[in-house]
Amino acid sequence: MSTTGAPSSTEADPQAATLAVIAGVLGEGNVNPSRFGDNLRVFVPAGRLFEVLSALKASGFDWLIELGGTDYLGYPGPARASRFEVHYVLKNSATRERIILKAGVDDPDPSLPSAYPLWPGADWMEREVFDMYGIRFEGHPDLRRILMPEGFAAFPLRKDYPLRGRGERHNFPRLTRGET
Amino acid sequence: MAAPAMGMGLDETDLEVEEQDATRATWTLNFGPQHPATHTTLRLILELDGERIVKATPDIGYLHSGFEKLGEHLTFNQYVTIADRKNYLSPPMNEVAWFHAVEKLLEVELTPRCQYIRVIISELARMSDHLLCTGAAALDLGAFTAFLYSFNLRELIYDVYEEMSGYRFHPGYLRIGGVLYDFNERVLDRIRKVLDAFPKVYADVSKLLFRNRIFLDRVRGIGVLTKEKALAFSCSGPIARASGVTYDIRKDEPYLCYPELDFDVPYTTEGDCWARFIVRMEELRQSHRILEQALRKLPSGPVNAPIAEKFPLPDKLTAYNSMEGLIQHFELIMPNRGLQSPVDEVYAAVESPNGELGYYLVTDGTQSGWRVRTRPPSFIHFSVFPLLIKDHLIADIVAVLGSLNIIAAELDR
Repeated sequence: MSTTGAPSSTEADPQAATLAVIAGVLGEGNVNPSRFGDNLRVFVPAGRLFEVLSALKASGFDWLIELGGTDYLGYPGPARASRFEVHYVLKNSATRERIILKAGVDDPDPSLPSAYPLWPGADWMEREVFDMYGIRFEGHPDLRRILMPEGFAAFPLRKDYPLRGRGERHNFPRLTRGET
Repeated sequence: MAAPAMGMGLDETDLEVEEQDATRATWTLNFGPQHPATHTTLRLILELDGERIVKATPDIGYLHSGFEKLGEHLTFNQYVTIADRKNYLSPPMNEVAWFHAVEKLLEVELTPRCQYIRVIISELARMSDHLLCTGAAALDLGAFTAFLYSFNLRELIYDVYEEMSGYRFHPGYLRIGGVLYDFNERVLDRIRKVLDAFPKVYADVSKLLFRNRIFLDRVRGIGVLTKEKALAFSCSGPIARASGVTYDIRKDEPYLCYPELDFDVPYTTEGDCWARFIVRMEELRQSHRILEQALRKLPSGPVNAPIAEKFPLPDKLTAYNSMEGLIQHFELIMPNRGLQSPVDEVYAAVESPNGELGYYLVTDGTQSGWRVRTRPPSFIHFSVFPLLIKDHLIADIVAVLGSLNIIAAELDR
């Protein structure tokens, strides 16, 4: 069952130490974890994200397992503070503990601090989020499109981008044999 | 009429400048997108100093087909056909990963028999993937025979897929809460054939490669990935284990019935192409061990979760012969109905042959995902390639590419 908020005080929380690390950065009372199964998720304001990531890395979360974006435009759940969210799944290679951080960004000009200085593995994953959602990562050394072609104008995983595209495939410039 | 010799008028300092320029000059070579060693389509822009690689810039996206966007429009059960096509060397593993995330979100409890069946097809897929990866790594380096032996065994694994689902390549075998058809005796016979054939194939391949001087010289000390770099670059699976990261989701965050099975997690600390090869070879033997036990312990009883759960599709017999089955089939299949998912999100991962294969699944209450984010191991492992190939020779590209097992369909999705 999914439960929201911290578990009851009688039950020792194995991830209490991790939450304390985040509380050390954001301040006590500003950490609102939510859980689903074994997933522990913490929302972090975009401005403090890099500090939280650094503090977690220093406390043993040395493995950035996954980084990806989501567009919540028109999402039916409770109202969200921002349109886009980026999730960071971190893992502690010694204790096997996982934590998911989420940071929200909004139109126009969504941007987040890059995790590249902490984990070079963030390089391509951040490029993919930029490619698909147009979220900029400040401090990324080489933020280019990665899967879509260089001249592509739209961000295809945004919810306002249609499944069949806007004719890019139709109008894609083609070279004939004579022109090559 | 002889032209005056060039350089006659140059003094020594000019010559020095020219020599320096010659040593500094690099040239650019385009590798791919079509090349026998890339196996599919990916491109490398190589900056070369002679034959030494100064810088490699991968250029990917040739096979980008919007799999994640499609996941937002297909139902959970329909998406199995897309999941199959990500890592096409081990399709059942992709299905297990996909339904692992879906069932975690829907909180569906699997029956013991279904858990064993899923473990069996996962390990068959792992064997199939490792056989191709190790065989193709040898093939690209010129050892053709080992590839044929391992490919021959993969045919037997495809026979299992065909018998269990009707499809050889992309079985589309799993459904929410269960599988399409239960294993029957013929399927089990086919699996036993694979298990019986395996020791001979392993012995043949190891005899051909383990002490093969040419093969060893091509892979030893090539593309070394240290433990620190493996963690920093988000590597997982056999590639991280070859660098000394002793992590395996099957052991450390157990799912399905893996805790009931006895197996070891091989690792080495060298981190070169040879280490990645030998870790995969050992994992083949461990998969064989798991399969032997799982076949012996395979419980009887129902395979699909009870239809009272409201998620599993009833099998044909139930759908045609009982009122409850018919109603449930109608409810799940008709377009304006379908199952109810929570308005929530989950990250769930399994240990795929290439590493951690995870899904970040966001649902909005309907029967298709709001966001279907794949954590593709090939994509993450390929980002470490420029680091591994730096200062090596052009001929080492095929060795490193082969050891990373880059599957372009999963790379670009």
